[in-house]
Amino acid sequence: MFGSRGVFVMKTMELHLTVNGISQNWSIAPGELLLDVLRRQSYFGVKRGCEKGECGACAVLVDGKPINSCLMFAAQAEGRNILTIEGVADGGKLDPLQEAFLDHGAVQCGFCTGGMVISAKALLDGCPDPSEDQVREALAGHLCRCTGYLKPVEAVLAAASKRKPRARRAKPVAEVAR
Amino acid sequence: MSRDRLVVGHNVRKVDGVKLVTGGAAFTDDVQIPGMLYGKILPSPHAHARIRRIDTTKAKALPGVHAVLTYKDVPRVPHTTAGQAWPEPSPYDTYLLDSKVRFVGDRVAAVAAESRAIAERALGLVEVEYEILPAVLDMEQAMVEGVAVIHDEPDSTKIYDREHNIAGYILREIGSVEQGFRESDYIIEREFRTSRQQHAPLEPHVTISWLDADGRLVIRTSTQVPYHCRRQVAMILQIPVSRVHVIKPRIGGGFGGKQEMLLEDICGALALATRRPVKMEFTREEEFYMARSRHPQRLRMKMGVKRDGTVLASQLTVLATTGAYGSHSTTVQGNTGSKVLPLYRAPHMRFECHVVYTNTPVAGAFRGYGCPQGFFAQETLVDEIACELGMDPLEFHRKNVIRLGDTDLLSAQLGEGKEGLPRLVRSCGLPRCMESAALAIGWAQKRKSFPNGHTHLRRGVGMACTMQGSGIAGVDWASAFLKINEDGSFFLQVGASDVGAGADTVLSQIAAETLGVSLDKIIITSGDTDITPFDVGAYASSTTIISGGAVNKAAGKVRAQVLALASKMLDAPVEQLDCGNNEVFTTCACRKSVKMSDLAMQAMYKEKFQIMDGASHFNTDSPPPFCATFAEVEVDTETGQVRVLHLATAVDPGTAINPMQAEGQVEGAVAQGLGFALTEELVLDANGAPVNPNFLDYKIFGAQDMPKLTTILVETDEPLGPYGAKSISEVPINGPAPAIANAIFHAVGIRIRKLPIRPEDVLRALHAERPANLEEELLTR
Repeated sequence: MFGSRGVFVMKTMELHLTVNGISQNWSIAPGELLLDVLRRQSYFGVKRGCEKGECGACAVLVDGKPINSCLMFAAQAEGRNILTIEGVADGGKLDPLQEAFLDHGAVQCGFCTGGMVISAKALLDGCPDPSEDQVREALAGHLCRCTGYLKPVEAVLAAASKRKPRARRAKPVAEVAR
Repeated sequence: MSRDRLVVGHNVRKVDGVKLVTGGAAFTDDVQIPGMLYGKILPSPHAHARIRRIDTTKAKALPGVHAVLTYKDVPRVPHTTAGQAWPEPSPYDTYLLDSKVRFVGDRVAAVAAESRAIAERALGLVEVEYEILPAVLDMEQAMVEGVAVIHDEPDSTKIYDREHNIAGYILREIGSVEQGFRESDYIIEREFRTSRQQHAPLEPHVTISWLDADGRLVIRTSTQVPYHCRRQVAMILQIPVSRVHVIKPRIGGGFGGKQEMLLEDICGALALATRRPVKMEFTREEEFYMARSRHPQRLRMKMGVKRDGTVLASQLTVLATTGAYGSHSTTVQGNTGSKVLPLYRAPHMRFECHVVYTNTPVAGAFRGYGCPQGFFAQETLVDEIACELGMDPLEFHRKNVIRLGDTDLLSAQLGEGKEGLPRLVRSCGLPRCMESAALAIGWAQKRKSFPNGHTHLRRGVGMACTMQGSGIAGVDWASAFLKINEDGSFFLQVGASDVGAGADTVLSQIAAETLGVSLDKIIITSGDTDITPFDVGAYASSTTIISGGAVNKAAGKVRAQVLALASKMLDAPVEQLDCGNNEVFTTCACRKSVKMSDLAMQAMYKEKFQIMDGASHFNTDSPPPFCATFAEVEVDTETGQVRVLHLATAVDPGTAINPMQAEGQVEGAVAQGLGFALTEELVLDANGAPVNPNFLDYKIFGAQDMPKLTTILVETDEPLGPYGAKSISEVPINGPAPAIANAIFHAVGIRIRKLPIRPEDVLRALHAERPANLEEELLTR
């Protein structure tokens, strides 16, 4: 295989880690990014948005902490517990966050959604009843070009308070006059 | 229809939502094809140069490299990358690869290799000798006699005046502005400038191309325009349209940037050259300068009014640059006039525009399509006029804006690169938009007195009114096809392209409503040129009204087939039948009904008949959605920092088929409009190279940066739209910039006429323009 400079190198290494509860042994190149390895292993929910840690689309939880997988070498994940967006739902049962994102129209193109849900999950795991400011802070590392963030913030707050899906056209965060 | 709507007008979940929220493999790049190569473009390091010598020997010799293409290896077919209906109004001035490069980032060569690393390495091994030509970077210099001619190639076509770098020129006049200004009591003229905003979709452009088992070229791509893409790629690669299959999976945002054939041609060429699957994707950096942007403009606007505030004449003169290629050049700029000036009922209007080439990144379609620039000028100018006349800007708007029953004649003169069609306002919620958004921001109180005490933080409120279109009149058209399945569900096939805004959901809602079935009974397939019927694609705010119109028609025809069979089964006349809740029932007292699934079984296995039909749809008018944007800002007079505290946006989209999604369109557009107003600008250095092609230096608003948003849907019933719908996705992007600029004036008494409004601009203006007594005046307000 070829290294980053296109020079013929045969160096590979074994990586042992847990992804979404399943223990994995993967053969990787030492310089590979966690993002690239996860996508190669078909965790396509981990998105390539900037490869510079600026957009948050590739966020995963590493031992419960949100990390941009484009800023982490795969080798650094040795022995770690990784959660990707594919592992957030419990089998066929969606996480309350995912339900809330759907019910609040917080998903538009969906490209940034996985990363947002991942960070929101980390927030709610540690802080079950966050303020709107805390939610916005948790989502601050996730650029979204579609929603203006209002509905994702609403969704996270709703998931936190386990409110029922809102009634038609009622809004908790912004006031809507109709 | 007499019964209450069961699906349309309801906040249903996105039909594609679950796979998006669970990280399902839904996007272009979410596949692994065995043997797939990685394609990469060698970008020009020079703004303007001729390739004197290009040698690919070393690059080709690198192990793992499968193809290196230069202009010598590909057909030379002048074309436009603009994904527009044929014949495209944009100049044919672009080539798959050329011996001349016209901006930093232009294509020099393309490689396909076994990995990204090898491809990148191969790019460095392509030896190129450039003859560097003088570059035209400043649009104001582009038409000057003697400057470099950017398109001196003889075979490009539809360029207005290549010797002077003019891609397109527009001049239209209604009435006589000269007369209008003569009759005016008060005339004001100002100059405005707007920036090179980039779409920055979270998913950069990506294309995967391969030859299928029959040798047909398959292109899986992040596009808003699968059908235009198929036609253009076939033409450029000189293969029949029937040999190209374009697939549009889920798209990670488009905003106009993907109404453009950007990677598909070169990726297809590499797939043909290597006979292997090839993937090409822009890095984030490449997306910033190798993809497209909003056209930067210089606008001179002049308006004449009577003493009572009645607008008599408006004149807009624009200089815009399209960058190195004329993608969407005349059409975007045409909109700057045709969709902006008619907001006011002036009898005299004149619009003139030069669109010039420069050796800069290429501009193209971008949400708003010329209107954000035009409305920034017009609405800021109108605010100034109102203030000069001592009128409340809201009152000025009430007096002058277009009304129900008005005909906009400028649109008749200015269509899609040619003459258009007159626009009749058949639905208009603008007065209600203004009143409700004014109320939300607290206009009446805040305009009069603000609690601006002895502090460096000053607050102000400002407003703007805007409009847009719903599809291109007489040009945009769409088709849809429906067929029933044994379980009473329906396959819906549309050429329309959901790019994330929720078209698949809205179109499914329309079909479900008309057929009287629940939303889960509609299985939609969209944007696959082998499977779905034609649609121009996702642009010009056309999908809900045009594609939705086609779906509604097709569903109406299928509904007629359903009712005809039900009539037989229930022994009741069709006039006494209705569909709803997945069954067909009699509306008379007898209360007979048949389940849609039983009816489907009857049709398929007893009648031996597939219930199915399709329909095409277009409009000869483009009903305008309306919008009122109100902003409250806080200006720090010590730093020049402008903080937006609250943006209230009221939009008239006709009927909101899915109000929750409609609100989402407003909020997303407002966020982009906010960036256009305050932060977003792709900056070029003295050599035309991008200075800030990344998210750290090109600031788009994040969750913590957003002001309070208030979204108000003011629904009307548009006769030309399915279930009364018009459009919503574009119009709200126009308002934030002028509303914020006007709020800044209200707060600190300075007029900023250049976007983005940076703190240093505000501070400079505060120091330069502040009259001696302003401080006092502000304190007493």
